[in-house]
Amino acid sequence: MAKQTKKPALYLAEYETPNAIAQAAMKVRDAGYQNWDCHTPYALHGMDEAMGLKPTRIGIISFIFGMFGVALAVFMMQYTNAFDFDLLNVGAGYPLIVGGKPPGAFPSMVPIMFELGILLCGFATLFGMLHLIKLPMHNHPIFESDRFEAASDDKFFISIEAGDQKFDLERTKALLEATNPTHLELVEEEVQ
Amino acid sequence: MSYDAPIKELGETSLLPEGTTRNDITETIAGVTENPAPRGWWLLFLLSVSVLGVMGAALAYLFIQGVGVWGNNAPVYWAWDITNFVWWIGIGHAGTLISAILFLFRQKWRTSINRFAEAMTVFAVLCAGLFPAIHTGRPWFDYYLFPIPNQMDMWPNFKSPLMWDVFAVSTYLTISVIFWYVGLIPDFATLRDRSKNLVRKRVYGFFALGWRGAHRHWQHYERAYLIFAGISTPLVLSVHSVVSFDFATSVVPGWHTTIFPPYFVAGAVFSGFALVMTLMLICRSIFKLQNIVTIKHLDLMNKFMLGVSLLVGYAYAMEFFIAWYSSNPYEQWVFFHNRLGWGQLDSKGNWGPLWWAYYAMVFCNVIVPQIFWFKRARTSVPIMFIASILINIGMWFERFVIIVTSTYQDFLPSSWGMFHPTLIDILTYLGTFGLFFTLFLLFVRWIPMIAIAEVKGNLPGAHPDLHALEAHDEEPDAAAVPVPAE
Repeated sequence: MAKQTKKPALYLAEYETPNAIAQAAMKVRDAGYQNWDCHTPYALHGMDEAMGLKPTRIGIISFIFGMFGVALAVFMMQYTNAFDFDLLNVGAGYPLIVGGKPPGAFPSMVPIMFELGILLCGFATLFGMLHLIKLPMHNHPIFESDRFEAASDDKFFISIEAGDQKFDLERTKALLEATNPTHLELVEEEVQ
Repeated sequence: MSYDAPIKELGETSLLPEGTTRNDITETIAGVTENPAPRGWWLLFLLSVSVLGVMGAALAYLFIQGVGVWGNNAPVYWAWDITNFVWWIGIGHAGTLISAILFLFRQKWRTSINRFAEAMTVFAVLCAGLFPAIHTGRPWFDYYLFPIPNQMDMWPNFKSPLMWDVFAVSTYLTISVIFWYVGLIPDFATLRDRSKNLVRKRVYGFFALGWRGAHRHWQHYERAYLIFAGISTPLVLSVHSVVSFDFATSVVPGWHTTIFPPYFVAGAVFSGFALVMTLMLICRSIFKLQNIVTIKHLDLMNKFMLGVSLLVGYAYAMEFFIAWYSSNPYEQWVFFHNRLGWGQLDSKGNWGPLWWAYYAMVFCNVIVPQIFWFKRARTSVPIMFIASILINIGMWFERFVIIVTSTYQDFLPSSWGMFHPTLIDILTYLGTFGLFFTLFLLFVRWIPMIAIAEVKGNLPGAHPDLHALEAHDEEPDAAAVPVPAE
């Protein structure tokens, strides 16, 4: 087994109150860091502004796939119920005349258009969100910290990752100390 | 003041008792999944699994013998099976209502009950989906409902409301499961972080997907949650509307009415709220959650049920008005004879024999909830428990009344019949309670039954007051003195 060494992964500063972390976040934001984050037990409202984050674009993904679902439903129902040509060698449609309506009657297809639109929109929202937040990712150096377990209970944390361009063992530490955390630690990850 | 604080001028107070901390919330809710199960849980679980066994036996007998073992007949082709389908799916709707519609209206009291109600939705829709599947008699041919061509190269008829139903119910189940799971991700992370043994850590960790509570996650997560609420709201309205189309697009008197979609949706929400209430009261006392689901929450739910009962009562009255106003003799026969029991004697010399079902429905759904006009009733646990059970019974009778009293005597007196449930009907229906409660009890035991992260966000002072902080920053000597870290 290769010899294991450790290298700094991130600074983890701990705060007790929402106001304390918001104040600290504004300082880190103003210092120009990019690769950093606030870890909170619930969604803190107002942190987008305190962290200087751009609005999320997940709505666009959901909308596009929702519309795709509607289009798919129109295609499916018109192909199978209104025409009898074999488009993709999957079997021809079969024009059905039921209840005196024309085979491609549009109004009676609205409910399924709606449902398929919702269905694809829902899947796109789930997977779009997971894509944007880069989860699932079951391993992260932040989990090396024992104190971090409180991030899902009642404490608030700021992490600044070593991957950030401005990251510097001394200056980043000084910046975080100036934000008055209740605890500050350097989390290390193992390098094999 | 922050946006999320209670508005004192309107008399709003904090929903949770003063002094509740974030850690108290974690301990109370996560503790349920960590401590040994209370004896009450085991008793209920053993009972539920036994009843689930009854369902298995009833279904096995049904599949061996065919649908003749039910009381369904000509002309009552739809009976308990479809009654149960509509009833169960209606139960589910309250979950979506509480999690989605109340979310859009920013009703913060929903956070103590939404997880619970969402789980109920998923399990109720599973129970509901069972009935149309077995109603076909040969459930191994249910794939005929999927959009695939059969042996004659014929495709399903998408102009049929029954096909709409397939798409609506399956979409509803899928979206409900996703919505439920998305809400659970942060809470699974809480359970993972509290886990003492490796198995729990791995299992909860797997489902938590590596959630770190990072704000860059919360940002997308909250918007995704809002989108789910936004799409679930029209979805839940569409699902029960589509269920009502199964009836409304037919020509059967008593079914062929335009009021059905809103009437069904209101009824669905009503019965679902009542079942949330019943189950919540039981779990609240077994798992001692009185500090998180407070009397204030229950009071608000009771007000809501009172409001919906008036809507449902209006729909009942309007159906009678239209039957009278239309001058349609078939419609009037169904409403005045079959339902109220008035009018001429039928061919065998009896008054409308199913009148009691209609009066049971009106008593449970319209008269009983009026007790919630009184604050004392709204805040009394025994009264609301009994009322919620009566409402559930009443809502079952509503579907029974709609289905059976419309069909057993319709246009032609020569084709009139009668409906009597068989033992298998009763056992199948009872058995689905076994399925529902088995899943539900497993849920309350292993999954946080209250949205931990969302409840924390409702504590007083839970959110930073940025404007005050920024103003504070401008004062030069207000900067905090750095404290040396360890």
